[in-house]
Amino acid sequence: MAMHQIEKSYDNLQVVVPPADVAQSAVSVRNVSKGYGNVEALRDLSLEFPRGQLTSLLGPSGCGKTTLLKIIAGLLKADSGDVEVNGVKVAGPGPDRAFVFQDFALLPWANVMRNVAFGLELRGIAKSEREAIAEKYIKNVGLAGFERSYPHELSGGMRQRVGLARALSVDAQVLLLDEPFSAVDEQNRRKFQEDMLELVQKEKKTFIFVTHSIEEAVYVSDQIAVLLPRPSRVSEVIRPTSFRHKDAANIRRDPEYLDIIDRIWASLRNYVE
Amino acid sequence: MSSLVIWALLWEIIGRMDLTFFIPPLSHVIVTLFDIIGTPAFLKALSETGYAFFGGVVASIVIGIPVGILIGKSRLLDEMILPWVNIFLSAPLTALVPVLMVLFGFGMTSIIITTTLFAIWIIILNTRAGVMQINRSMIEMARSFGAKPLEAFFKIYFWAALPEILGGVRIGVIRAVKGVIIGQLLISIVGFGALFELYSSNFLMTHFWAVLVVLFAMAFSISEVLAYLERRVAYYAAKR
Repeated sequence: MAMHQIEKSYDNLQVVVPPADVAQSAVSVRNVSKGYGNVEALRDLSLEFPRGQLTSLLGPSGCGKTTLLKIIAGLLKADSGDVEVNGVKVAGPGPDRAFVFQDFALLPWANVMRNVAFGLELRGIAKSEREAIAEKYIKNVGLAGFERSYPHELSGGMRQRVGLARALSVDAQVLLLDEPFSAVDEQNRRKFQEDMLELVQKEKKTFIFVTHSIEEAVYVSDQIAVLLPRPSRVSEVIRPTSFRHKDAANIRRDPEYLDIIDRIWASLRNYVE
Repeated sequence: MSSLVIWALLWEIIGRMDLTFFIPPLSHVIVTLFDIIGTPAFLKALSETGYAFFGGVVASIVIGIPVGILIGKSRLLDEMILPWVNIFLSAPLTALVPVLMVLFGFGMTSIIITTTLFAIWIIILNTRAGVMQINRSMIEMARSFGAKPLEAFFKIYFWAALPEILGGVRIGVIRAVKGVIIGQLLISIVGFGALFELYSSNFLMTHFWAVLVVLFAMAFSISEVLAYLERRVAYYAAKR
């Protein structure tokens, strides 16, 4: 059943864009399994992440989506199976991937400038150079003027913008975002989601986005992988076709947008306690 | 601060009542203090004590913080070392001093080591506690952006644990004051330890108290400076 749906959605995909062969995938996950003790978190999970697009991993809590993201990041080791980024097997964290954390993971003793430049600092880039790069991304995420502020002086939304700017400034091809907006209030989240769309367009990077919000996933994604829990597997891959190029304000009224949300909810509702 | 004034008044009153030679009026103590504070004997004692004290404190900090970070990071090291830290924290260190004398002689080295033994354990324990509460995502952040172990050590763990480290150093410094005097009394009669010995055996209680007041004032100011530093980093203690 699950396999069938995957095939079906890949059929859809072929109508819209050229076939998603491996060369076009920035990240390939192949037959990955992962357990914690007796609990099987991921079982034989395979998924392709097309280059330059945003893929959401969507599922109920405990479905292993964050585990999968951390395996791609190299922060966790899979028990079996491979992850390849641009054809290279992942053995640990690497400069081709950058992570955005759910709780921001900013240095509270450092100002916005140092936080954004911190990834570059760890790579040994000279101070003037890394601050010039950081400056640019601070502006891109809409934080110009806050360079000298400290994280505790910023709102949750602004803190996550710092986290995002830090991940962008190391210029990794793949950005991994672990529920980046879940600790951000609703209005800021909406603004953030709109900015995300613009960013994906502009940065030409591969985004992998973990979320438990159906609306959020459908709103920002080129491709949505719906994961079902215990053990986690891909139940379907959905590629919205008609509203991706509409402007931000009209997406939420698009019939396909609303249909996809209903469809995902129908398949997830059985797994909600 | 105001409670100190009340106790000072009480001291003065009891002193004036002439109940015991052991407690002279505070005003006499203060006058004596200014009499002896410039004398060569006092200055010599001050420099000897200061030398041993700072030697011990610096050693405790330089060894204690890295050890605390290491055992906070590594489960294995923690299980190996933590029992010893707890034993030495509560052990009657005074009883160990004769052993130190056998090992390190009767000089400054033994006094500095005694001071270190008084101060270091609480610094290790507090640093460990500080490192253990560091957010998991902070550690993952360091890893995912490619921090080398030494970089993570100095750029993340140290700063993230700083509020607890400063708390540990503050208590460690207060214990070091105790350690340096006990060392001076037991190992070789030098510094303030020698002055205490001299004044108490000659029943010069105003002199005795004067030196004690000086010592108290020094310990108090150092601890206040560290408490001030602790408040400076308190803004992020709650949000790590």
